[in-house]
Amino acid sequence: MKWNRRKLIDRIMSFLTAACVVVAIIPLLSILYTVTINGISAINLDFLTQLPKPEGEVGGGLGNAIQGTFIVVGIACLIGLPVGILAGVYLSEYGENRFGRMVSFVADVLAGTPSIAAGIFGYTFIVLYFGFSAIAGGAALSVLMIPIVARTTEESLRLVSGSLREASLALGIPRWKTILHIVLSTAMSGIITGALLAIARVSGETAPLLLTAFGNPYWAAGINKPISTMPVQIYTYAIAPFPDWHAKAWGGALVLIILVLILNIGVRFITRKKY
Amino acid sequence: MQNKITVETLNAWFGTNHALKNINLSFQENRITAIIGPSGCGKSTFIRCLNRMHEVVRGAKVSGKVLVDGKDIYERDIDPVDIRRCIGMVFQKPNPFPTMSIYDNVAAGLKLNGMKDKKILDKTVEESLKKAALWDEVKNDLNKSGVSLSGGQQQRLCIARALAVEPEIILFDEPCSALDPISTSRIEDLMIELKEKYTIVIVTHNMQQAARVSDYTAFFLYGELIEFGETNQIFKKPKEKSTEDYIVGRFG
Repeated sequence: MKWNRRKLIDRIMSFLTAACVVVAIIPLLSILYTVTINGISAINLDFLTQLPKPEGEVGGGLGNAIQGTFIVVGIACLIGLPVGILAGVYLSEYGENRFGRMVSFVADVLAGTPSIAAGIFGYTFIVLYFGFSAIAGGAALSVLMIPIVARTTEESLRLVSGSLREASLALGIPRWKTILHIVLSTAMSGIITGALLAIARVSGETAPLLLTAFGNPYWAAGINKPISTMPVQIYTYAIAPFPDWHAKAWGGALVLIILVLILNIGVRFITRKKY
Repeated sequence: MQNKITVETLNAWFGTNHALKNINLSFQENRITAIIGPSGCGKSTFIRCLNRMHEVVRGAKVSGKVLVDGKDIYERDIDPVDIRRCIGMVFQKPNPFPTMSIYDNVAAGLKLNGMKDKKILDKTVEESLKKAALWDEVKNDLNKSGVSLSGGQQQRLCIARALAVEPEIILFDEPCSALDPISTSRIEDLMIELKEKYTIVIVTHNMQQAARVSDYTAFFLYGELIEFGETNQIFKKPKEKSTEDYIVGRFG
């Protein structure tokens, strides 16, 4: 009797956890489905390579926005990844003190900050002095990346067992080389996951870019000039009253999702475990 | 026979916990000295003081002297990194570097200290693996992951890794407690071979193991050195009552 009850509860709980997985996946699949259905028809070679056309003209695409997104996200990575990863190394390896705990806490708060705040930051500290630019956009996005990268790096470094650090130190390997060659390489897959999450997150950010990179109907003219980006271009297409532009907005969303997916798979492939 | 290591009034703390109390002890060159005692008696802490690994733990403190060839390793101008290069350590759980091949595991100590000469590296890896009695089993798989080996092989890999940096002293911290009896006996044979060239200190929970491999034995209890002597004497005619009680299994 008792045994049956235990088995029943086991079944119910297993079912509940499986049901929650389904609930969690439904919105994701539904987004992918809707975006694909609505966006696939807009995608063709012109869409990926042409400049946007003025209102009322047929055709055109978001080639410049794709280019701009690569540039802005690239700048964000150049600033955000080194700072984030090194901050994570500090927090995990040297941060067992008040300052470290404070930085951890601030990073958690920052990670939950609305992204428009990063835009205001970029606007106040860069745009007001140097004007709208790709650099301002990248800097604003890096503000969003740093806390994510720092915290995931910290967490993955903490998972590396202390016995590996000791093994390395006991070989007469200095601490900094131990961290660089043993601890970081053991935690690499976690750090990469964090970096990818951060890149994926900022690739789709619109609000901070409206205030910093601004937008530009032409090809990139330099990193100190306003630049077109996919989220902003999608936004422009989406709020316009033309059905043709709406289709382009869906297409742009699909391209953005595919790009993030390719990046994910590509990085995983390059850094896959050797053994 | 010469004293390789001389420990003078060594005290160690973890925070406010006084883990080692006034230890005086010498280790002879080319001999195996076993350190036995119940859990928590400070034996691991003690050997971690011999290569300055104790201070790696937060809040850990040491006082006293550890003379290696007459020179105090705790002197101010001495870099612990140099000390650890000449005093190797093998840990309780085999801990090869998981992201490295067998070859790289053995070469790690040299490579990460700047050695780039491929010929010297090849030679050192081969010699170290041979000394650790692992060469024949892995010579065709040097590029495989270190963690793909069995537990006993992993522990011998860790021994090879420690030998590669050419230490003079090797500290074994319960090296067989995670291994099966066959692997254990291989490691014990290996230690007896290694004492020709190295001074060996082994911490062990296993009294039979101490009796089998060691020339000298030290018995620790509650952070104090209770008795030290030739292994035969300690096991056959202990002078202290508590040593006898521990050896015959009345506690511990």
